[in-house]
Amino acid sequence: MFGGIDPTLLLAALIVASVPIILAAIGELVVERAGVLNLGVEGMMIMGAVCGFIAAVETGNPVLGFVGGAAGGAALSLIFAVLTQFLLANQVATGLALTLFGLGLSSLLGQSYVGIKPPLTGDVPLGPLADLPFLGKVLFSHDWVVYLSVASVAAVWWVLRSTRTGLILRAVGESHDAAHALGYKVRRIRVLAIMFGGAMAGLGGAYISLVRVPQWTDGITSGAGWIALAIVVFASWRPWRALLGAYLFGGITVLQLNLQAAGARIPVEYLSSAPYLITILVLVIMSSGKGKAALNAPASLGQNFHASR
Amino acid sequence: MLRLEKRPSPSGFWQATTPILAVALTMIAGGLMFAALGKNPFEAIRTIFWDPLFHEQFASYSRPQLLVKAGPLILIAIGLSLGFRAGIWNIGAEGQYIMGALAGAGVGLAFYPAQHWYIFPLMVIAGALGGWAWAMIPAILRTKFNTNEILVSLLLVYVAQNMLASMSIGMMRNPEGGGFPGSRNLSQYPSAANPELIAGTGMHWGVIAAFMAVIAAYILLQRHILGFQIKLAGQAPRAARFAGVNPTALVVMCMGISGALAGLAGMFEVSGPAGQISIDFNVGYGFTAIIVAFLGRLNPIGILLAGLLMALTYIGGELAQFMLGLPAAAIQAFQGMLLFFLLAVDLLTNYRVRIGTRKEAI
Repeated sequence: MFGGIDPTLLLAALIVASVPIILAAIGELVVERAGVLNLGVEGMMIMGAVCGFIAAVETGNPVLGFVGGAAGGAALSLIFAVLTQFLLANQVATGLALTLFGLGLSSLLGQSYVGIKPPLTGDVPLGPLADLPFLGKVLFSHDWVVYLSVASVAAVWWVLRSTRTGLILRAVGESHDAAHALGYKVRRIRVLAIMFGGAMAGLGGAYISLVRVPQWTDGITSGAGWIALAIVVFASWRPWRALLGAYLFGGITVLQLNLQAAGARIPVEYLSSAPYLITILVLVIMSSGKGKAALNAPASLGQNFHASR
Repeated sequence: MLRLEKRPSPSGFWQATTPILAVALTMIAGGLMFAALGKNPFEAIRTIFWDPLFHEQFASYSRPQLLVKAGPLILIAIGLSLGFRAGIWNIGAEGQYIMGALAGAGVGLAFYPAQHWYIFPLMVIAGALGGWAWAMIPAILRTKFNTNEILVSLLLVYVAQNMLASMSIGMMRNPEGGGFPGSRNLSQYPSAANPELIAGTGMHWGVIAAFMAVIAAYILLQRHILGFQIKLAGQAPRAARFAGVNPTALVVMCMGISGALAGLAGMFEVSGPAGQISIDFNVGYGFTAIIVAFLGRLNPIGILLAGLLMALTYIGGELAQFMLGLPAAAIQAFQGMLLFFLLAVDLLTNYRVRIGTRKEAI
């Protein structure tokens, strides 16, 4: 059954396949650590995908494409920020609205871009490293966004663990009332966290439309945002575990695609369902066992903050 | 300086007014969006909200479509609203809708070409069970393993879509269809068909089921202990626990009802307006129903009206697509906008907006 699959290419593809999920998940992780549950990741990702695609095609520069993607995701997340932080709307409902609106708006914006090829995002030239036998192909022949995704995990981990900013962010997420009493601007911190999450989701979306697929079609993210949300729970809100979760998911995606290509005797539809089913399975494992994952959740997650005095 | 002051209890006046305000704001913002697309905003809004009902040429076609589109939206939204009230978020109605259609169509196709009076009722039961079973997955995972039902129910939509694709090119494909994907046409198989009951109204069994669901939900919420428990669990979870509400049973009930209703909607759609199982059978009713539930303020009567309004935007959107060349996606964005405005103006229901700084309370 595994006859036609080359493990080197499989691992290299796995790393590429997980990039959008890592970026979106690490952004959402920061948002949730600040105590905000933004379920609109799918919407922000697809806005990033379409904005990034348009920016890249219009300027002919893939780097500007990623900047555009991040800006598109952040702009959409700003709507969420205004609704939940200033107008105190229900976070679950607003997140869903963000996804529904994002799916509609993206297909509206992308209409005249269907069937176009975006400018190529090339591999980072790492010289002799890329020529290493196995490792060269797996680790050292990727584009810059792949390295950025890993770097962003490291950066978020470091900021959350050992900086003052991280401490304040976590305080706001654990108890907004206490943070407010200490004089921190709960609302401002949360808005910034939401926009960071939006930009990261947009970046992830842009990676899908500029590198992974690479073209624009409606609904291009096909649930990647929801999987990123699941990965955050899987990771129990810890950055490195999110990276692990994303690689696990990327591995399953790539493996099922390879199995399809290799003509395995499992019907294609069941293989395409595998990533979603395995995500559910992982969620179940993580959340059972005396609610271990739940214990790690930021205490104020999903609750709106209204300063009564 | 503007300041928000929490109301002791939600304002009844604003509760009734905010949906109308949200619709008005959406029309303005939508008009701006249409203008940005280079269309006359007034013409676009009129085409969407007025022409489907009163245009002398198109109204005769589009008026019956109102009930055809509103039926599934209302049926699904009623189920969702019960869970939303209790803080149980089933957002995978789209998947339950597909599974209900598959189960219902499966029963119908299994009997083909026999003619019996009991085939259609059996399909109805199978449709409800199909949706119910699909909703039980997140319900049981939540109650047994404490898994987030939002993520599970949504991820299952993608699985259901794959299942639908597999069925329409595999097991359920029409053997006389010349190899094309898609099942036999159930609406042309009298024992399994869900026909238009009164010619020219669009009324079919699914619409009747939707009206019955509205009445049942109204009675449930007003008069039945379960309705009281649902409201209590949503507003004061701790109080609900002291009052003896069993949270596990509540999750299973709410998810089960919403899944069964979504399954029914799918089954009535596949045997009536859609006619067959095909790859693109689902058109997003399960997601739009979330907007309908909120627009109707999770209240059965409100959902009835919201469902009709939402159906109008669907039909009007198609009309605008045909007459003005407005892209289909513009309507989807328009519907999303409606939910934004609704959530935004909801502030007025729970808070008072005060100008100036607060006087010292003693």
